[in-house]
Amino acid sequence: MSTNNLTVEQVDDSPMFHMEEEPHHAPGTLLGFWIYLMSDCLIFAILFATRAVLAPNYAGAPLPIEVFDIPLILVSTFCLLFSSITYGFAVLQMQMNKLDGTLLWLGVTWLLGATFIGIELYEFSHLIHVGASPQSSASWSSFFALVGTHGLHVFFGLVWMIVLIVQAKKYGLTVANQRRLFCLSMFWHFLDLIWIGVFSMVYLTGVV
Amino acid sequence: MSKDYEAIYADDRWSPVFGKLSWDVIPYYEPILLATFIAVVIGGGALVGFITYKKAWSYLWTEWLTSIDHKKIGIMYIILGLVMLIRGFADAILMRVHQSMTSSGGEGFLDAHHYDQIFTAHGMIMIFFVAMPFVTGLMNYVTPLQIGARDVAFPFLNNFSFWMTVGGAILVNISLFIGEFGQTGWLAYPPLSGIQFSPSVGVDYYIWALQIAGIGTTLSGINLLVTIVKMRAPGMTYMKLPVFTWTALSTNVLIVASFPVLTAVLGLLTLDRYFGTHFFTNDLGGNAMLYINLIWIWGHPEVYILILPLFGVFSEVVAVHCRKQIFGYDSMVYAIVVIMILSYIVWLHHFFTMGSGASVNAFFGITTMIISIPTGAKIFNWLFTMYKGRITYELPMMWTIAFIITFVIGGMTGVLLAVPPADFVLHNSLFLIAHFHNVIIGGVVFGIFAGINFWFPKAFGYRLDKFWGQVSFWGWVIGFYLAFMPLYALGLMGVTRRLSEFPDTTLSGYFNTASIGAVFITVGIIAFFIQLYVSYQKREELRDDNGDTWNGDGRTLEWSTSSPPPQYNFAFTPRVHNFDTWWDMKQHGYKRPTDGFKAIHMPKNTGAGIIIAMLSTIMAFALIWHIWWLAGASFFAVIMASIIHTFNYDREYYIPAEEVEATEAERTKQLANGGLT
Amino acid sequence: MSAHEEIGQHVEGAPHASMKEYMIGFSLSVILTVIPFWLVLGDVIDSRGMTIFLIIVFGIMQMFVHMVYFLHLNTKSEGGWVLISLAFTVMLVVIAIAGSIWIMYHLDLNMMPTMQM
Repeated sequence: MSTNNLTVEQVDDSPMFHMEEEPHHAPGTLLGFWIYLMSDCLIFAILFATRAVLAPNYAGAPLPIEVFDIPLILVSTFCLLFSSITYGFAVLQMQMNKLDGTLLWLGVTWLLGATFIGIELYEFSHLIHVGASPQSSASWSSFFALVGTHGLHVFFGLVWMIVLIVQAKKYGLTVANQRRLFCLSMFWHFLDLIWIGVFSMVYLTGVV
Repeated sequence: MSKDYEAIYADDRWSPVFGKLSWDVIPYYEPILLATFIAVVIGGGALVGFITYKKAWSYLWTEWLTSIDHKKIGIMYIILGLVMLIRGFADAILMRVHQSMTSSGGEGFLDAHHYDQIFTAHGMIMIFFVAMPFVTGLMNYVTPLQIGARDVAFPFLNNFSFWMTVGGAILVNISLFIGEFGQTGWLAYPPLSGIQFSPSVGVDYYIWALQIAGIGTTLSGINLLVTIVKMRAPGMTYMKLPVFTWTALSTNVLIVASFPVLTAVLGLLTLDRYFGTHFFTNDLGGNAMLYINLIWIWGHPEVYILILPLFGVFSEVVAVHCRKQIFGYDSMVYAIVVIMILSYIVWLHHFFTMGSGASVNAFFGITTMIISIPTGAKIFNWLFTMYKGRITYELPMMWTIAFIITFVIGGMTGVLLAVPPADFVLHNSLFLIAHFHNVIIGGVVFGIFAGINFWFPKAFGYRLDKFWGQVSFWGWVIGFYLAFMPLYALGLMGVTRRLSEFPDTTLSGYFNTASIGAVFITVGIIAFFIQLYVSYQKREELRDDNGDTWNGDGRTLEWSTSSPPPQYNFAFTPRVHNFDTWWDMKQHGYKRPTDGFKAIHMPKNTGAGIIIAMLSTIMAFALIWHIWWLAGASFFAVIMASIIHTFNYDREYYIPAEEVEATEAERTKQLANGGLT
Repeated sequence: MSAHEEIGQHVEGAPHASMKEYMIGFSLSVILTVIPFWLVLGDVIDSRGMTIFLIIVFGIMQMFVHMVYFLHLNTKSEGGWVLISLAFTVMLVVIAIAGSIWIMYHLDLNMMPTMQM
């Protein structure tokens, strides 16, 4: 490879060593946020690993097959899936510079997300009520840690969404605001992706 | 002496207003701590008084604490590392002296309760609050300069990350005077670190200090990673990155892809301690060994996070001080990347003896030994760079040579430990302690001193005094060998780690030698501070007018700027043709442009970083002491402050072209002063 | 930057989404969600192992659908760094999960042979 000797590969006849005009750096926000998501993904990887190792350790607590309400999980799964597509619609509206449409679809997304959280809270209280509490056994500890961390992410996604709705309303769809809405969309789709792992590995596999 | 520690932290002492805090948690009955506390109060008071007397508070706030300049943040990281080095080293001295006393049959001056806290604090501080800030500081300062950028990708996050790290350090130091620290060893293995066996606040200090600092570290990793990917000067392809920047790139990949694991594992331990879950408990299906497995998934990459950037430092130092380009640039890069990936599949070698059996141990033993191949390749690259080079024995070069010799010894004992059957004999013994101090002091610490001596002139505009630098060098090198070679022998003879006393008086000679080594290292540390002071006094004499400090042998872009560099680093963005960019520019008779300057776009300072980080620190303190109202209030404040920060869209400004021109004219004058053009 | 001037410009580097993509992604997701739920709720297959295997396969397929159609991943975005970082992360996720299961399984086997785990 030519990098190992000191001859300059000439771009033109006289090598230039500085730029007269400022070169353009594309902002790194989207890449940075993507890398953050990857690091977040590893947090979930550890929680999945913990769940995988500790899942059989019931220690006398109720078994998932006795307490999981799979049809309810199907409902909450569809809440999240619909919220993914409605956020997609918001992005499409944003690309067409339609503020009202963007805000409308963000509102719909928010309601679906809130419903998801509501169902999850109901499910948790039900589980604790029937004795499958986080303190009951390692298996249920790992369940609550994994599903709860996902729920917490959705919750903060909802908080963030409110902030962005306010900012978009106040300042319009500026480049900065569009970039933020893109970041949140990545966050939102990423959480849906994690949820696929959760319902496959925790809920469905748990009751087979 | 025998205070009833259990009772002080008992649950029935909890009050809604102060949580577990009470006057009893302040250890005023411990003479050593009391003396330390008085010293800290006097020293801190003097510092505050001095700053007030100099009317420097607003200068400090606007120019440093709220600065988003990567150079200033880098310097602040190094200062944090130095301060915490004193703390961590004080712990080391206490342990050495105590072991010396007890090994000759004496009583010593520490009870087991305190000895346990000291070795826990020593390990945790040295890794997280000494080595990490040093490494992050060097990367922060140097990387943007080497890639021809004006700042990092996310300047505000950079400031925030730094203050989060400081927040963690503050918590560790508070634990000295309010309550106590963990007594669990630096990785806080459960079930010992669980609520059942560590009911007091020690482990909570440990957890929250790491969580707060860990967020900062992860964010700074993302930041530098994006900086290197997105902000390289035109023409700087990946095979033209300076070696240090390559190591910084790999290190930050490792940070981003391993610190989340630490966050998650400590989070689970927190749940065990605060909510009574059963991840790592002895009962109800918990599995303490899972913690050990998970935390080393982070722990082993962490080792390479520490050492890789210093490999980069040595590569830069060797090339400059041998006046040769680095030997085998390509192989250097590939070795870095291979080490980065392999570091993820060796973690089990930290717990061979836990009982995974022969097949698992064999796999991880072999992967561990494979890592020594790329590392060995790097050692040969440095040696071949020196071969037939015109070596100048400046301080950074001396540290580099000491590193090569010491690190090879440490590496070989490492390969020894990688053999599972050998590890069954040596595990948890002082042999292991000697091994990792051998690579961490011989690699990381020597590298940091090489880096500081190498780039100090760049950062401050004057060189460091050579005589005191040599005193510091020999203090450290001699001290290291005296302090740790005896530990190899002791470990082979079966002395285990973390023992406050080993009542076999025939071994006291080894322990005493180790203590003498610690005295030499003390001399090395003191000499370093004297070196800083003397250099400041002699700064006119040591002035670096050129900017290309080391006899004009600089090879990478940071040496093309003035010392210290202007706020905007480069008046014009460099165009890169070779990985030794600046050398290449000099070879082609590059002339510094003196006109045609344009206004430069720069980020604005902001106080949001320090405010949010300090609120987070308060929240962590409240959580440690179970002061729930304060924890809730400060958490809410953190969220609100973050949201308010996002409403600030006005984050950038322009340095006008006239100002750039004035700065550059000043530089022209400075160069003329140095007899240069 | 001024907040009011740039309305109408687009974010540089952001992928351009289309209605068609979202609808394809959504339809595939619905199918890939419904099948595993149906397998479980309807007790379709007798073999437990086979059902779990299928659940995992459909799960992984749906994750791919999300990445392509919702997250708009492709080989070119951000100079390939998005894909490289994703591949690296997937590798680490597999190492962490599979490695932990492997290690902990052997631990249990060796250290607690009498316990019914």
